[in-house]
This record gives sequence, structure tokens and C-alpha cells, in this order.
Amino acid sequence: MQSASIDTTAVPATGTILPQSGRRRDWKEQFFKILFLLAAIIGVLSLAVIAYFIFQESLPAFAEAGVSGIVTGTEWLPPALYGILPMIVASLASTIGAVAIGVPVALLTAIFIAEVAPKWLANIIRPAVELLAGIPSVVYGFFGLIIIVPMIQEWFNVPAGNTVLAGMLVLAVMILPTVIAVSETSLRAVPKTYKEGSLALGASPMFTIFKLLVPAARSGILTGVILGIARALGETMAIIMVMGNAPAMPGSILEPARTLTANIALEMSYASGVHASALYATGIVLLVFIMMLNGTLLYLNREKAK
Amino acid sequence: MMNKISIKDLNLYYGNGANHALHGINLDIPARQVTALIGPSGCGKSTLLRCLNRMNDLIEGVKIDGLVTLDEQDIYQNVDVASLRIKVGMVFQKANPFPMSIYDNIAYGLRAQGVTDKKTLNEVVERSLRSAALWDEVKDRLKSPAFGLSGGQQQRLCIARTIAMEPDVILMDEPTSALDPIATKKIEDLIQTLKQKYTIVIVTHSMQQARRISDRTAFFLMGDLVEHNNTNILFSTPADDRTRGYVNGDFG
Amino acid sequence: MSYTLTRARKIQDTAAKALIWLGASLTVGFLLWILWYILSNGLAHVNWEFVSSDYTSIGEASGIWPMIVSTIYMVLASIGVAAPIGIMTAIYLTEYAKPGSKLVKVIRFCTESLAGIPSIIFGLFGLTFFVGVLGLGFSVLSGALTLSILILPVIIRTTEEALMAVPQSYREGSYGLGAPKIYTITRLILPSAMPGIVTSIVLSIGRIIGESAPVFLTAGMVARIPESLMDSGRTLTVHLYKLTQELYTIHEWNQAYATATVLIVVVLVINTITKLIASRFNKATY
Repeated sequence: MQSASIDTTAVPATGTILPQSGRRRDWKEQFFKILFLLAAIIGVLSLAVIAYFIFQESLPAFAEAGVSGIVTGTEWLPPALYGILPMIVASLASTIGAVAIGVPVALLTAIFIAEVAPKWLANIIRPAVELLAGIPSVVYGFFGLIIIVPMIQEWFNVPAGNTVLAGMLVLAVMILPTVIAVSETSLRAVPKTYKEGSLALGASPMFTIFKLLVPAARSGILTGVILGIARALGETMAIIMVMGNAPAMPGSILEPARTLTANIALEMSYASGVHASALYATGIVLLVFIMMLNGTLLYLNREKAK
Repeated sequence: MMNKISIKDLNLYYGNGANHALHGINLDIPARQVTALIGPSGCGKSTLLRCLNRMNDLIEGVKIDGLVTLDEQDIYQNVDVASLRIKVGMVFQKANPFPMSIYDNIAYGLRAQGVTDKKTLNEVVERSLRSAALWDEVKDRLKSPAFGLSGGQQQRLCIARTIAMEPDVILMDEPTSALDPIATKKIEDLIQTLKQKYTIVIVTHSMQQARRISDRTAFFLMGDLVEHNNTNILFSTPADDRTRGYVNGDFG
Repeated sequence: MSYTLTRARKIQDTAAKALIWLGASLTVGFLLWILWYILSNGLAHVNWEFVSSDYTSIGEASGIWPMIVSTIYMVLASIGVAAPIGIMTAIYLTEYAKPGSKLVKVIRFCTESLAGIPSIIFGLFGLTFFVGVLGLGFSVLSGALTLSILILPVIIRTTEEALMAVPQSYREGSYGLGAPKIYTITRLILPSAMPGIVTSIVLSIGRIIGESAPVFLTAGMVARIPESLMDSGRTLTVHLYKLTQELYTIHEWNQAYATATVLIVVVLVINTITKLIASRFNKATY
């Protein structure tokens, strides 16, 4: 065996290959660091500018009609009255209905995918749910308009099927993917040892799911529900297409109504002056609801961290 | 001596037959004694334990042939798995209390069988906690979360939870491996008391523990049951060279 | 005494299981119903002429070519603005900023808040700021700038996840060789995170195509091929909305079905692409 020797002539003396350009390199590093930082600031700036403009533009309406005149007013008759209570009621009613119908279905589907379905079936349903999430809201609106609206008209024998109920049904389907995806993830995050322990005690798989796994995934499921609520509250086009959009206080879920979002979308392109400002005020009210939801989320996450 | 559990020519394969993990195991487990399963990690001792209450059913692609009987009855034929697991309770390597109160942890298994009567539940909770030597430590905080207990207390809670179901057999999968010596001692003492009423099968990584608490010991190596005997005999005069090597600490 | 499964318990179990199957069937059923109804009515009317023709509201031509072009412009412009900003933000957050520093918290809070704002609010803002204050008018550019803020949080979050998934050992190895930070990022970390970044962009494309309310408030509804980014344009979703407001003749119904069909096919294509990237990525890593 040959003794291991290093051919020293092949190794260059130190400092002969690398160029001595430390200062230029520092300059370059600094430049990119600042560039990336500036990019990161744009998101912050956007939020600030959005908040500033929406707030600023809503001031004339609040000044003229008063906060209570807008928030508790029941008549929307621009340019005289700017009451949006009917819209608040419509938004809340359609959202609550959507949650009441959609969340149970979504939760059961999440349980199915995470715990019950054989692997091959779960692998088919998961992409199906993603597809449901990807369908544009105008397509949901279109579907609601041609299927659900006539159905309601016929079943309940009302003059027009464009009603709060139609909005609830369409929104219920639209929140499914959000609630399913988040709930499924949190069900999967429950430690396997819980399930093992429960089955080892002779508890049935169903008892284990409903009494142990679902409660253990509670905060994650709640997060999914809140995201679903936010989606329902913020939805615009599908709602415009199926809910009739009458700016009056709905007497029942079989009457047409206009949500906060619909109010903005329908009138913004032609409104001016205080009327336009009142639509910004509508946006502010919508944002307040969204902020309350986000606050709940923050609280939930803090609870989870504990 | 009556055999509680009897294992005959048991073979187990993981991954739809790809991995032959237990090779023709024959083992009798006498009633009301502590049987220890020992051997280096990966030898199949935990796998065998999980055959006894069919926890291996949960793993996809597991295939089993051979015979396992409990009270002369084949546990893989015409048996309701839930009823089997009530009769054959299990305590896991890491204490796994559920995210609920101490009381609800103990009552969980009964409630799963549809027991709702408050008086019955109260009685069983107290009796089980007493049997697990935990009652005095927790009687004032039954409604507080089980996660507030120390590691050793959590493990005794899991034992109490199992006892609540009034099983015949308790399987223990390295129940003290995550505990400090003091907590371990308490569990070992508890096992000595419990064996008067229950048949106990314990997997342990510690030969000292096997010697301290078990009546019989079975030594496993790479999926084979090398030797099983009265604990004292197995440790003092092992019949097989491999057993001698292991108990002398040559490997493992 | 021993406890075994009571009859009542067994019935409850069966009922619970039936309920779970029912819930899942409802979800899949809704999807199939929507897909079947729209595709069965629309596929017959999607042909080359429909895709390549112009559109006039009085009915001489009833294709969707201008809407396709407008949608493509909208996608390119929005991604062109949002992708560089989003990717650079993610690089700053993962590679430069101290984790947990005040600045990072502020940036995170703001992007999360942006993600939670309903899209109609973006429309409202775009109409005021880009269309009005900046004087860009109803144009593809106004729409694209509005949408770029809307998709920014998606790009930032997904890119961040992709960057964080790059093993720390890569960075250590590169810095250990004395490689400069920017070199490490552009030559090593970004290429490793590329599948994730591409996925985030494809997801954003889906979001842009699907949006409608903030689009017609900022880009208008003119149904002709925009001559430049400063010209108004009507995207496919806005077109479907306009069509549904005037469903009188069978011909108009067919157009609506066909447009909805095209939108669904686009969503299918986008979902398939993300799946393909994900599966190739997984194969490469493991």
C-alpha cells in the first residue's frame, strides 16, 4: 500500500484565488437587505393607507347622519336617509343561517376525512373539497340563481325566490371548504395517544371521535368556524345574485334583503358626495364585525398557546 | 396453575407481509401473576403485548396467524374487540391522560359503555383511584385537569382508568420508562398489590425491574421468544447462551 | 360486574357513523350537483367560436375572447406587482429579521389583517385610491394594483412556509463556506424553495381569476379587448355576473352556462397544476 501523501503543489497558497473585494460585497449585502425590508414595509403601508382612506371617506356620512343615524337607522333613502340597520340584520341573518346549516355538514365531513374514510376515499374527497374552495363566487351565485332561487319560490310559494333563505343556502355551501380544511387539520393534530388510550379502554371508535377527539380539537374547529363566518360576512357577488337586494328590513327569511357588502357593490359605481361616504360607512361597519372576529381568533390562539 | 392467556404459534407481519416481526411465538401467561417481557429494543416484545388486546388492528398492513386465547377462547375469532379490550386493559409507555378532569378520565370508559348513573360513577371513580394508590393525593381536586398531575401521578391515573373497567388482565408497555426512580418505585409497589387481583403482563427495558416485580420472565430477541421461565431461574441459570449474554449485560 | 357494549350504545354508534357518512355525502353531493348542472348545460356551447369571438351586448357577437384577454392581463399585471413584493417580504421575514422582533410582529399583524379584510373593501379602496386619487381611472392597472394587495398575504405566507422548509443545514453549509448572504439566498435557498413559491403564485392566479366585486369596481366592465393597461377591461367572472342580469333568451342562458363552464375548467386546471407541483416536490424531497 502506498503511503498517503498530499501533493502540496496542487493546493494554492491562501489568498491567491479569492478576490479581495470585501467592501463591495458589504455594499451589495446592505443594498439587498434594505430592498427586502422596503418590500416588507409595503404590506404595512397598504393596510395603513386602506384604513386611512376608508375611515377618512366615511367621515362626512357620520357627520351628517350621526353614528346612531347610520347604525340604527332603518331607512336607506339616499340622499336623505342613510340607515343601514336592515343591511346589518341581513348580513348577520344570512351568516348565522349559513353557519347553522354549513358547520354541522362541514364538521361531519372533516371527521369523515380524518377518521372514518378509508385512505383511498379520503384521497378523493380532499381534492373535491379543494375544488369547492376554488370555484369563483359568481359561479356559486349563478348556480343559486338558476337552482336554489326557483326552488324556494316553488316550495314556499313566495312571489320571488330571491330571499334571505337563498343567501343562507348558497353561503352554507361556500363556507364548507374553509371549515372542513381547518377542522380536519386540527382533528389530525390530536395526539394519537388519546385515540389509543380510548380504544384500549374498550370505547367504540364513534365514542372516541365525539367525546374525545372532537373536544380535544375544539379550538382548531372553532378557528375554522370563525374563518367560515368571516367568509360568509365578506361574500358579495353570490349574495347579490340570490338575495334580492331590497334595502328594507326583512320581515322573515322568505323576504329579500341587502347585505352590507351588497350595499357597497351595488351603489358604489354611481354614488357621489354623502351617498358615497355612507357606503364607506357601510364598509366601516363591516370591518368592525371582521375585527371582532379577528379579536376572537387572537384570543383563541392565546388560549391554545396556554 | 391456570393459564389466563395462551399464545400458540403466533406469527406477525408488518407491511402486508413484508416484515416478519414475530416468529412462531408459544407462551402461556398464568393468572394473577406478573409476567415480564424483556429483550433489546426492536425484539418484538411490545408487538406481542399489543397482540393481546388487538391494538395491532389499528396499524395498517398487519397480518397475524396463530392462536391467542383468553380463558380458552380465541380472541381473534367471533370476539367483540371492545369487550376484549375491556377485559384486557392497557397502560402505555407514556402516560396518556385525556384532556379532561381527573374524574372524567376515570369515568370515561364507563361512559363509553353508556353508564350515566352518578352514584355508580362516583363509586367506581373512588374505588379505582384507591386501588391505584392515588385517591389521597387527588381526592380534593377531582374536577381539575389531569394534566396538572405529575408524570408518576398521571401514569397511576391511567392505571386507575384501566382498573375502572374491572379487567381480568392489565398489559403494561414500559410504564415507568418516562418516570423518575421515586415515581417508578410507587408504580412497582402498586403492581405488586394489583397482581393479587389481576393478571399482569409488563414489557420492560430494565432487567432490574423485571427481577424486582415479575414472577415469570420471557426473553425476546429479533422476533424470537428465546426462553421463558420462572424469573429467578431465568436470571440465575439461563438455559440459552443468548439469554445469558443479555442478562449479563453483554448486549442490548 | 363487567361492562360490555349495550344494545343502546351499539345503536348510537351506528347512528353516529351514518350521520358522518351523510355529512360527507352532502358535501360531495353539492359539488357534484354544481359541476354536473353547469358542465352538462355549458359544455355543448363551449367551442372555438365561443372562445375566440368578440362580444357585443346587443348580440351580434357573443364570444368571450375580450374577457379572456382582460383576465390574462389582470393576472399578469397583478402577479407582476405582488409576486416580487411578496417574495421579498418573505425573504426578509425568514432570512433577515430577528424572529420575534417588534418589526416582524408588526409586519405579520398587518399581513394577517390584510388577509382577513373582505374583498369588497379592497374594491372600495381601489376605487378611491387607484381610480380616483392616483387618477388611473377604471383600468386594468387599477384592478391589478387592487388585486395585488389582496393576494399579497397569500404569497407572503406560502413563500415563507416554503423558505422555512429549506433545511437549516443548507444555510449553515453555505455560510460555513463563507458564501455571502445574498448569494446563499439567490443560489441555494430560493431554488430549493421554488416549488412552494410557484405553488403560491398558482394559488394567487386562481384567486385573481375568481374575484369579481373588487374587479368591476376598479377595472370597470367594458367588454372589449383593452388596448393598454390603462384601458378598462371585463374579466370572465364579471362577464358571468353581467350575463346573469340579462337572462331573457335561450341564447343568453347558453352563454352564461358556457362562461361558467370555462371558469370551472380553469379552476380544475389550476388545482391540478398545484397538485402536480406538490407531488413532484414531495418525490424530490423524500
